[in-house]
Amino acid sequence: MYVQLVRATLRGQAQYRLSFAIDVVGTSLAVTIDLLAVLVFFRVARSLGGFPVRQAFLMASLAAFGFAMADFVAGKVDRLRFNIRTGRLDAMLVRPLGVLPQLLAEDFAFRQVGRVAQAFAAYLIGLSYAHVAWNPGRVLLAVVAPLAGAVFFGAMFVAGGTVAFWWIESAEFANGFTYGGRDFTSYPLTVYSGLFRRLFGYSLGFAFVAYYPGLALLGRPDPLRGPVWLGWCSPVVALLAALAASAIWRFGVRHYRSTGS
Amino acid sequence: MAHRSARALVRYRTFTALVRAGFRRYSTYRQATVAGLFTNVVFGFLRCYVLLAVAGTAATGYDLRQMATYVWVSQGLIATVGLWGDSELADRIRTGDVVADLLRPVPPVVSYLATDLGRAGFGALTRFAGPVVAGALAFDLYLPRRPATYPLFAVSVLLATVISFACRYLVNASAYWLLDARGPHLAWLLASNALTGLYFPLSFLPGPVEALLWWATPFPWIVQAPTDIVVERGSPALVAGQLVWAGLMLAVAGYVQRRGDRRLVVQGG
Repeated sequence: MYVQLVRATLRGQAQYRLSFAIDVVGTSLAVTIDLLAVLVFFRVARSLGGFPVRQAFLMASLAAFGFAMADFVAGKVDRLRFNIRTGRLDAMLVRPLGVLPQLLAEDFAFRQVGRVAQAFAAYLIGLSYAHVAWNPGRVLLAVVAPLAGAVFFGAMFVAGGTVAFWWIESAEFANGFTYGGRDFTSYPLTVYSGLFRRLFGYSLGFAFVAYYPGLALLGRPDPLRGPVWLGWCSPVVALLAALAASAIWRFGVRHYRSTGS
Repeated sequence: MAHRSARALVRYRTFTALVRAGFRRYSTYRQATVAGLFTNVVFGFLRCYVLLAVAGTAATGYDLRQMATYVWVSQGLIATVGLWGDSELADRIRTGDVVADLLRPVPPVVSYLATDLGRAGFGALTRFAGPVVAGALAFDLYLPRRPATYPLFAVSVLLATVISFACRYLVNASAYWLLDARGPHLAWLLASNALTGLYFPLSFLPGPVEALLWWATPFPWIVQAPTDIVVERGSPALVAGQLVWAGLMLAVAGYVQRRGDRRLVVQGG
């Protein structure tokens, strides 16, 4: 059933052919440009926050890959506010399907396939370029870390989108945590300081998406003196984020009182 | 003669009324303004830390205070010049609502420009002022030394808004040919982020690339030029360059609109 919904969306999007093609190319260029932006900083500075370019690029590409996967699957949750405002959510609620899967299937972003592929390629480049001293544990981590990152960002998308139940024009607010989180994780945590680092890095958990797994892959001790095992925490943090997001989502759906008419 | 000046007066009054209407229209989206302000501030912190890390270890042509000011002012400019834009006109072209715009006695480029200037006015009071104040509270910002910089900066932001408007108008007007302007809009988003000087100062790019952007594209004139003026890195002549680009881009937008009029097929009956 969901497969049919997704397929219908694909057919619809492919109707405007030229625009769809530009879309595919454009969204994949976005990843490249974001990563090039990181490299531009290294054109000027030799290291950022004490990390040379190959180490920082590993973290940035890890974050980009995780984010691209999450955006591909869950990025359109912010359409929720549109569905609430127009009352279309009521129609979704009476259908014998989950609301969240319907929402995701309805505007499934096929044009982002290129983005995921390109982020994956960037991650491979990042891994090979960073001189990782491979062992079985690190191989496992290199596979798990982007998936955990994807789950984490996906949780952010869902939690951020859910805010629309209470606050219709909340899209930009959610962007601060989703796209803001992506940019935050693209740079070593040591770049930030003060309350901002504590809030985004530790309280919201963004430090565990790319920074700590990156340190563990590189075999580098944390300049902020965190224990070594933090590098392996990203799946746990992702799971916690997913649980929190699903709790927020369920609370939001139950709270929903329709727009009335 | 008197007749002509009376007509000019009517035109002026229409324009200012549309500007005021634009201001009022955008000032009603209070929730969206607060949400956007929050996000601007989050990104301001993020970019400020990153760029200060760069400026702290390398010769960038900016000192730390100039760099912090560059970040927060550019962050405030996003919603003031309307950098990312919306798809209102493109949607109206697709649905055919644009016919109503064409029937009005004011050319669409002019009426949309007036509305956009009103929007920018509201943006300057909220989404420019907000991040700059937040930045000033958390970081050490550079204050312009020359008093003349302040009015010059105001003019520069106004012209940047006009250039940004004309670019967005062109992106939307591509819907006359494509119907769905999402692709061009995306291309614009990418260019406006990386090439205007929002992601990083354009001087971070290789020299020839930077020169090409300044001379051959409208992008640097939207963000890099006003920020250069406010941190007093650039000469006041930048404003003259902006004036040229604003005139050029508006002329192109007007030309494309006239071509689009002839392309327009209103769908449905």
